[in-house]
Amino acid sequence: MKKDAIFIGVEVADSVASDPAVGAKLDEVCPVNIFKGTDAGVDIVEQNIDECVLCKLCYDVSPGNVTITKLYDDGAAL
Amino acid sequence: MSILIDENTTFIIQGITGREAVNLTRECLDYGSKIVGGVTPGRKGREVHGVPVFDTIEQVIEHNGGAIPDGSVVTVPPAGTRDAVFEALAAGIKTIVIVTERIPRRDVAAMVEYADQQGARIIGPNCLGLIVPGVAKMGGIGGPAKNAEQAYQPGSVGVMSRSGGMTTEISSTLTAAGLGVSTAVSIGGDAIIGSTYAELMPYFEADPQTEAIVIYTEPGGRMEAQLSAWVKENNSRLPIIAFMAGKFMDDEEMQGMSFGHAGTIVEGKEDSATEKIARLQEAGIPVVERIDEIPDLVKAKIAERSAA
Amino acid sequence: MRFFEYEAREIVKRAGIPVTDYGFTTDAAEAKTIAERIGGPTVIKSQVLTGGRMKAGGVKFADTPEEASQHAADILELEINGHWPRGVLVDPKAEVKQEYYAGVVWDGTAKKPLMLFSDMGGIDIEQVAEEHPDHVGRGHFSPLQPFSDYQAKQVIAAAGVTGKALQRATPILARLARLFLENDMLLAEINPLAELHDGTFVALDAHMEMEDEGMVRQKGLIKALGIAPEEGTREGHTPTPFEEAVKAIDAADHRGVIQGKDTGFHGNIGLVIGAGGGSLTLTDAVRQQGGKPANYSEIGGNPSVAKACGLAKEVLNKDGVEKIAVMMSIVSNTRVDIVARGVIKACLELGKDPGETIAIFRIPGAWEEEGFKILDKYGIEYCDRSVSLWDAAGRAVAKIQGEAA
Repeated sequence: MKKDAIFIGVEVADSVASDPAVGAKLDEVCPVNIFKGTDAGVDIVEQNIDECVLCKLCYDVSPGNVTITKLYDDGAAL
Repeated sequence: MSILIDENTTFIIQGITGREAVNLTRECLDYGSKIVGGVTPGRKGREVHGVPVFDTIEQVIEHNGGAIPDGSVVTVPPAGTRDAVFEALAAGIKTIVIVTERIPRRDVAAMVEYADQQGARIIGPNCLGLIVPGVAKMGGIGGPAKNAEQAYQPGSVGVMSRSGGMTTEISSTLTAAGLGVSTAVSIGGDAIIGSTYAELMPYFEADPQTEAIVIYTEPGGRMEAQLSAWVKENNSRLPIIAFMAGKFMDDEEMQGMSFGHAGTIVEGKEDSATEKIARLQEAGIPVVERIDEIPDLVKAKIAERSAA
Repeated sequence: MRFFEYEAREIVKRAGIPVTDYGFTTDAAEAKTIAERIGGPTVIKSQVLTGGRMKAGGVKFADTPEEASQHAADILELEINGHWPRGVLVDPKAEVKQEYYAGVVWDGTAKKPLMLFSDMGGIDIEQVAEEHPDHVGRGHFSPLQPFSDYQAKQVIAAAGVTGKALQRATPILARLARLFLENDMLLAEINPLAELHDGTFVALDAHMEMEDEGMVRQKGLIKALGIAPEEGTREGHTPTPFEEAVKAIDAADHRGVIQGKDTGFHGNIGLVIGAGGGSLTLTDAVRQQGGKPANYSEIGGNPSVAKACGLAKEVLNKDGVEKIAVMMSIVSNTRVDIVARGVIKACLELGKDPGETIAIFRIPGAWEEEGFKILDKYGIEYCDRSVSLWDAAGRAVAKIQGEAA
């Protein structure tokens, strides 16, 4: 699952995108509510993507499966 | 040397588990400050960046073997600030930085009176605290340790400012010019504050590291008149240079409006920028037009004094 | 928050200070009924939140209820200094033996409340203090210790008042002092405080202002006075659409604080600036270099991208504004990259080129490396802390007004 806003791109690996436990945890840790945990896994809240504060807390939830890219920096990942 | 705090100063954070307080704790620890505990009622047993959290200040003191902390940074919501500060004063804490904004004047005045009775000093409210470059900082002043280091280098100029952000802007200018800062105090932007320019002058006067003072000021209040009177009455060794922001508020169209801080409302003609500038200059305190003129003037004034 | 006279009198009355048997109404016919109840000559007073109503014809005397009704009808239609009256107060015309002044204000230097009393009431106290200082008594009182009546007595005696008048006025000033603190007032004034021929005292006019910061805990009083929450703090001026819009954006999100004002600003330089002190400094710097700001603004406390975007959009939507200058003093809490994203987003959403629209971006400090990368990408002219606030403002003036000229 991948979504790009103006400045920030968010990708959650398909292997975990439908895991409600991961979804709930992402929802909990993100300070700007980019992730919404659902029964079916995780949703990316588009209007909040550009609010990303680059804190990497989502990286710790499921290491290697969440990627934040800086679209203003040639798509460099955090 | 420095004023109010030094490398041995211990302090606590009241309201330590709040969002901004957590950041502030990290910043102060990184900068080398000695935080000996935090208080948030009901949160005893937690830790914030390794700092133990307690329900009461009494518990912090007990945890530290009876040692009373030197200071406290108060970051609790406005409705609870008076009580938190009273708790700190009753415990014997002598230097209190109040970060909280929007505290009713009645509460501020009560805290100040109680602090006077206890021989304690309040900085703020609505301030970012104070920093002794390279030694310690108490409050959010200067931000993360890395940013604080960039703007604040040790030196000879004492800074007092009614604006937290402008404390850093001015200090950065002094640092870039090689003058550096002895202690910088964000005194707060409210109509009633714990420590005014004149009330802090004796501390700077007694600090051998400080050779000059820079103040940032705004319309509203009588604090500059008080400083002018202090300068006239005390034969201070320290040259003072002032910067006044908000001159546009003197325009007729701006009458009765407030801009910036709560204290910047012009309530009488003595409160206006024009009137204040005249008063400061009358007391021999030059008021510069631009921040970037400050370093050269400070250097000239220091040279003048040492030649005399 | 400012109070109308009829509300201020109610506050005084609740504190146990005698007032006349007045009535408030928004209706001329009811003014007649009130005057009939009073049964004698009356004074009809416009209820407006501005001074100078006497001069403007907002205060009239009536001998009969019919006359009272006619005056009320006229006054209800009378605009004073741009303010429409809330209603009229119908007040019995008092036979006054002597007018006094009683007031309480904050003294920021002493950091205590200050009582003022004078036997020269009915006129401006500042004028009395200047011309007849011996007729003004003053006294601070503690915000911490309980108030005792002797403190009021001392102030009245210091104004040269003695005898029965001193005895009668003491509890009034004492009650005023207590209500000042208890109700979080910035100003509590009774002027004139009248001594009637029978020796009793009565408040003939009252002026009260509550500190906005105290309103949260004074909800009970505000509600009891019948003031609707929508009235807010009753600022001295009517907010402009720009000011309303910025306030709404600020309220919609708890992260950070933005403010915007454009009352009294008529220029074409859109200012997206901060924080408290930085905004004052930058506004001066723009004006002193010949620039004409379209507005004043403040960004602080690390706002969200949406909030910074909202402010920038409102500024860009102002008539005559083609470009904005985004400037702040060195930031340590607010993030450079977040503000950069916000202002660029505003340009893009309005279909404008950020590189063209943002004349200058001068916000050094927290997360500046990241912020500068974003600005580079969109071709925006920016500078770091080595460029002073003054010079950044100068560049904005040259770029925006230089092109317009």
